This record gives sequence, structure tokens and C-alpha cells, in this order.
Amino acid sequence: MGRYINEARAAALTARRRCASAALAHLLRLVAYGVVAVFVGLAAYVAYRAAPVLRPSFFLQAPRGGMLEGGVATCIYGTAALLLLTAACAVPLGVLAAVYLNEFVGGGRGARVVRAGVNNLAGVPSIVFGLFGLGFFVKFLHLDVSLLAASFTLAVMVLPIIIVATEEALRAVPTDLRLGSAALGATRWQTISRVVLPNAVPGIITGTVLSIGRVAGETAPILFTGAAFYLPYLPATPREQFMELSYHIFAMATQASDITKSLPIAFGATCALLLLVFAFNLTGVLYRARLRSRKRW
Amino acid sequence: MVTAAVRYEGFNFWYGDFHALKDITLDAAPRAVLAIIGPSGCGKSTLIKAVNRISAFDGHVRVEGKVLLEGEDVYAPGVDLVSLRRRVGMVFQRPNPFPMSVYDNIAYGPRLFGVTRRGELDAVVEETLKRAALWPEVRDRLRETALNLSGGQQQRLCIARALAVEPEVLLMDEPAASLDPTSTQKVEDLIVELKANYTIIIVTHNMQQAARISDRTAFLMLGALVEVDATATIFTRPALKLTEDYITGRFG
Amino acid sequence: MRTRSRSWVKYALPLAAAALSFAVPGVIGWLLLWGGLAAFAALVSGAAAARFIPRRVREGVVNAAVTAAGYAAVVFIALIFIFIFKEGGAAFVHIPPREFLRTLWQPALEPPRYGVLPLVTGSVLVTVLSLLVAVPVGVGTSVYLAEIAGAREREVIKPVVELLAAVPSVVYGLLGMVILGDVIPRLTGTPFRLNALNGGLVLAVMLTPMLASLAEDALFSVPHAYRTASYALGATKGETIRRVLLPAASSGVAAAVLLALARTVGETMAVLLATGNATILTLNPLSSVRTLTATIAIEMGETAFGSEHYHVLFALGIMLFAVTFAVNLAAEVIMGRFARRYRR
Repeated sequence: MGRYINEARAAALTARRRCASAALAHLLRLVAYGVVAVFVGLAAYVAYRAAPVLRPSFFLQAPRGGMLEGGVATCIYGTAALLLLTAACAVPLGVLAAVYLNEFVGGGRGARVVRAGVNNLAGVPSIVFGLFGLGFFVKFLHLDVSLLAASFTLAVMVLPIIIVATEEALRAVPTDLRLGSAALGATRWQTISRVVLPNAVPGIITGTVLSIGRVAGETAPILFTGAAFYLPYLPATPREQFMELSYHIFAMATQASDITKSLPIAFGATCALLLLVFAFNLTGVLYRARLRSRKRW
Repeated sequence: MVTAAVRYEGFNFWYGDFHALKDITLDAAPRAVLAIIGPSGCGKSTLIKAVNRISAFDGHVRVEGKVLLEGEDVYAPGVDLVSLRRRVGMVFQRPNPFPMSVYDNIAYGPRLFGVTRRGELDAVVEETLKRAALWPEVRDRLRETALNLSGGQQQRLCIARALAVEPEVLLMDEPAASLDPTSTQKVEDLIVELKANYTIIIVTHNMQQAARISDRTAFLMLGALVEVDATATIFTRPALKLTEDYITGRFG
Repeated sequence: MRTRSRSWVKYALPLAAAALSFAVPGVIGWLLLWGGLAAFAALVSGAAAARFIPRRVREGVVNAAVTAAGYAAVVFIALIFIFIFKEGGAAFVHIPPREFLRTLWQPALEPPRYGVLPLVTGSVLVTVLSLLVAVPVGVGTSVYLAEIAGAREREVIKPVVELLAAVPSVVYGLLGMVILGDVIPRLTGTPFRLNALNGGLVLAVMLTPMLASLAEDALFSVPHAYRTASYALGATKGETIRRVLLPAASSGVAAAVLLALARTVGETMAVLLATGNATILTLNPLSSVRTLTATIAIEMGETAFGSEHYHVLFALGIMLFAVTFAVNLAAEVIMGRFARRYRR
């Protein structure tokens, strides 16, 4: 076998190669920690700009003085109401749809059509959901600009996520349990409601919590379907409009009369919104981690 | 072609807290095949991976003692792993060609070490494929992806790929374990041919294979070297009863 | 008996919620009251049905309900599709398609001008800028996490990346407006505080976590055997990454980039706050631009229901829907090829 590799050249080359590899590792380290630094910097900046208004009363008072004073309590309330109603609509529908896909149909052509539909729904831009919500829920169904219309719009948006998460949770339940139940004479629905679903509930909860966290930050779908710039009172029924945290941030940033006063409020609302979103996310992730380490079968 | 002797001197190896290799002292002679046999989990793979230090990727490892490649300890501080791994080639249990063409698989190593001219690379590819007894089968498929080859062909490709960086030692970790009998035969014939130019250490759980192709055989159990001798001796007149029990299939 | 006490809880919970509603003001109280009562009624009727209605009938009803739910999802996507196309299609009835290809978007004029080109270039410009930053940073971070970082480093960096992904887009828009709106004019002298670069950078920060996480998945699915083979031949870590791992993961990474692209095109709030929203046809990153999504958001509020403008905005929705659908489809196809290759 001839010698094609020149020993001396290879040795010299090796030193350069190791240098290059180390340099690449340093560069990538810089990039990765740069991302961390950006996060820390932005978080610090938000806290800094929100400092002038961050007092406990900020979260407990309603806006006043042309929205340039007071707090964001009505926005927090509105956001909570929105999330509650959206979850109440989307979770039962999503779970049942996932049960249908996983337990009733399995892999046939019908299931593929439904899954294709679900996947497409997941990719639609949020503003297009807003358009749909406006044209369909607000106008066509005459629900008017209301909490109801906004919740329905968000529910349609969050449906695919809940369906996917529930299907995953259902699939994780071993088939043996279903077979055992059927062998005892249970009907399909009895098996599902007494054996499968209870075991899938933790996974469903995780999926719900994570998706609600995502929805809390969405503004585009509620711009024209329910969010209000200012309401002096809390909405009493779902047919009314409501104030909302993410919309409030947008309004304070773009439509306030005095930007020097409204920006701190916008950042304060940001703090409130981030606390809410991170709380949901953290709960979801921690719960999922706990699930994974506590497999009972 | 320079061949090197590999010598383990009082070599101990820990994976975390697990004492995987206990006080191994063993020689691999140049231009010969040393077979390592023993029951599953006895540390055979760990033993050969210790020579090219590829076990660093398996987690936290600790060593005591020496592994000498031509008299130099590969665990000495400041040893260049890149050059070491060029001198000590490795073939794995399951063929692992890169998702590239046959040509690029072989040329991967030489390109790293400075062979860039097309003519030279072509020559390396052809020579190593001939040495690996694969040339006639792939000469017209050099630009096709290596993943299209059969299992036996892929393993011979991996051997050719290892040869392409001009190593001195070849480590083979159960190279025919995942191959069918015909391919296994081809690989065994290949090893016998290659030993004329390389120091070969082969791990195998197939004792007939060890008896067929190796010059010396070492029997390992629970991380300790039980017996090492000429292959003919080990398989006909082993010194220890333990060895005899293993060889006759009483356990393992 | 244990079973009896458990079912007692099942009925008590909705009643408790309904009772609680009197302490809670406003619509949440309303929801607790009616939701609690409705749930209680459903439970009672379910229990009654269990006793009085034969099993076969019950099973049939439940099956029908579940099947209906399954198709509800499809119905909604079909509904969105149909609705948007219907309302958007109406725009083409009176306006010749040629008009949309013009370069002036000014619905307030008489006659109104609906040239979408400035909006399209706005979207494209912001998208390209964001990908130019997000792809190297995201892929670089993923390579670092997958190949170089130690376990403890990963425990720090990964949660940060996931938190970045959870931040709502309106917050990013606000930060872009305030921080970059100050920094960019100072560094470049542009008269536009809010411009395409601002939007692009903001979107890059939004996209990076998504790209990093998808690219990391792609790198993880590359078989470990390739790494050991490469190192055993004497390659350095950098060479292994560049010559073996990244090429092997390329279709996974490509799919990730496409998914990121689809997300950028559909993003509204961040660009609404950061790009300035001037309908200028330009490829200059330092100019204020307006995207398709922002146009819908801005003008929908001022449009009369059922008017020509209303339908035109829906037509823009059709464009967005079509683009994101096509890009997501392409990503799925590529992902399929990637998964097949590594399904050994």
C-alpha cells in the first residue's frame, strides 16, 4: 500500500485542525450564551421600564385617568375570563375528538382526513383566525363583538393542540388495559370512560395547561372579536366586551395620548402577562416531567 | 508499512464507579491477530476501545496503568487524540458507513489528513477497496450512496475506510456479528490477509472464529485476564479449568 | 362504601362552583354559576340515563356524540376555508385581478387602490431579514446544545430557550418598538424609527427558540454511529459536525427553516408594533414597511361590514392561508423523507 498521507504534513495539519475545531466550539458557545444574554437583558429591561408602576395596587386597581393611571385589574380579569371560557369550549370538544380519532377509528381513511384537517388548522396564521372569528362568530352568528365570540375564535385556534396532546396521552395507555376491560364485558364507551380516560387525564391536563398558556398571549384573534380599549366596568355576561392584558399592552403602546405615561403601564402589563404565561408554562412542563418519572406501568 | 505492538501494562479502567477492567497485562504482537474472547459483559469491547480512547464518549471514565502503542503510553497527558486515532483504526460491530457515496466514505479520512488531489484520492479509494476485497463489487457504484450496499458489503467498506488513513493497528469489535455466513467468511478471509501488514486485535464471541483466524487468544472474564496463549494451545490444552469450561460451552 | 363517597364528590364540585359564583363578580361569576349548574344537570341526567335507558341506546348516543366531535374539527377547518374564500372571492367580482398587482395600496382614495405589491414586499423583506439572523443563531445554538454543551450547561440554556419561545408576540413587538426604535436610528441614521430591520430582528428573536429546538431534534435523530465512526477515523469535533452531522441532519433542518418561515409570514402583533406600517414599496431594510398581516389588523377595524374593502381584506387572508399552507406542506414532505431515511 502506497503512502499517500505525508506524515509531516499531516502532523502540521493536525495542529491547525484542532485549533479550528476549538474555535468553532468557542463561536458556538458565544452564540448559545448570547441567546441567554438576550433573554436576561430583555427581562431586566422589562422590569426596569415597569418599575415606576409596579406596586401591588397595580394588579388590583382598574385603569383611570384616561388609562394613564391606576392599574390593570380589569385586564387581568378579562384575560382570566377569556381563558376560562376558551378552555371550557375547547377541552371537551378536543378531548372527544381525540377519543374519536384514537379509539373509534385508528388508522383508516376517515382518521387520515380528520388528522389532515387538524394539522392544517394548526398552521393557519392567527390573524386569519381573527378574520374568521369576525366574519363568522361576530357577524354571521350575530354574537357581536363579545367575550363569547372571542372565546369561540380562540377555542378553534387551540383545538388542534389539545387534540394532538390528548391523542398522545391516549396512545400512551397500553392496549392491554383496553383488552382487559373488553374481556370483562364492558362496552367501548365504558372502557374509554372508566379505564382509558382516567389514565390519560394527566397527559390531557399537561396539554391543556400548555396550550392555555399559549393562548393567553394571542392578541390578533381577539382584536376584532371581543377586546375593548376601555371599559369602566367588568363584563357581566359573555355577550359583552372585555379588556385583556395583551390587547392592553398593544393599546398602551400605540393608542395612548401620553406615551411617557402609557409605556410604563404597557411594561407593567407585560410583567403581569409574562407572569401568567410563565406560570402556565412552568406548571405544564413540571407536571409533564413528573408524569414521565412516575410511570405506573 | 510499519506495524506497532500494543501492550497493556497493569491497565485498569473505570466507567464511573464500575471497575470494568482489572489489572490487565497483555501483548498484541505485530503482524498477528490477537483474539479476545469471553462471556457477555466481561469487558472485551472496553478493552479494545481503550486503545484508541474512543470510550471517552461513553461517559465519565478513569484509568490507571498504561496502554503502550509502540512503547508510548496513549494515556500520557498531552497525547494527540486525532493522530492516535489515525494510527489505530477501528471497525464496529454494526457497519456504520456515512450517508455519503462509497467514494466519499473512503476519502473522508485521507481528506482530513491532507490528501486532496483527485488523482491521489482515486488511488487511495481503489487500493483500499481492493485490499478489502470489495473493489470488483463496487467499482461501478463509487458515486452511489453507501447505504444501498448489503450488510456484508457495508462492513467491508468500513474496513476499507479504516485502512484509508494508513493505520498501524486495527481494532475490530465483533466485526462479523451482524453478517450472514457468506459475508462472515469473506471478512474472516480478509482479516487473515490483512495481518501480514497490520497488528490486529479482534473481539469475538464466536470461538470457532477465534480458532480459525487468530494467532493468540486471550480469555477475559469479569474484567480480568484469565489466560492468554497461542490459539492452538488455548483451544486444545488450556491451562486453567475456567478456560476449558468456557471453551467447551459449559457457560457463557 | 368507598364508591359511594367518591361519586358524592363528583356532584358536589359543580354545585360548589355555582355557589362560589355569588362571591365572584362579573362574567366569571356568571360562568361559574351557569357552568356549575349545567355540569350538575348533565351528571344527574347521565346517572338517570344509566338507570332508565337501555345500554344499547346509551352507547349509540355516546358514539354519535364522539363521532360528531371528531368531525367538528374537520368542519371548522372546512368552515374557515370556505368562509375566507367566499368572503375573499367576493373581492374579485368587481375588481380586476390586475389591480391587485399594482404598486399602490390606498383603500381610502376615490377610487380605492388595492395594489398588494408593497404589502407583499413588506412581508418578504421582514421574513428574509428575520431568517438571515434566526437561522445561523438558531442552528448554531442547537449544534452547541446537541454536540458540545455539557449536561449542566444544557440545564441552563434549554429552559431559557423554552421561556423565550413562550413570550407573547405583542411583548416582542413592544420591545422592538422601544429598544430597537432607539438603537437602529442611532446606529444607521435612518429617519424611520420603526422599519423592516426592526421587525426582522424582533422576529428573529421570536424564531430562534423554535428553530433551535427543531434543529436539535434533527441532530438527535442522526445515529450516534456516525459520530463514533468519524471520531475513530481521527476527525475533530468541528470536522465531524461540519462534514457528517450537519449534512446528515440537513433535511430536518430545512424542514425546520420552512416551518419558521411559515410562522414569520403569519405573525401579526410583533410586526404591527415594530415595522412602522407605511405602505411603501421598497427593499430597503431601513425603511418603514407594512406586511400583509399588519394590513388586515389595521384596516379591519375601520372597514364597513360587507363593503368592498372588507372583501379585499379577506382576499389578503386567502393569500396568507395559501402561503402558510404550501410552506407547511413542503416542510412535511421534507420531514417525511428525513424520517424515512433514519428509520433503520
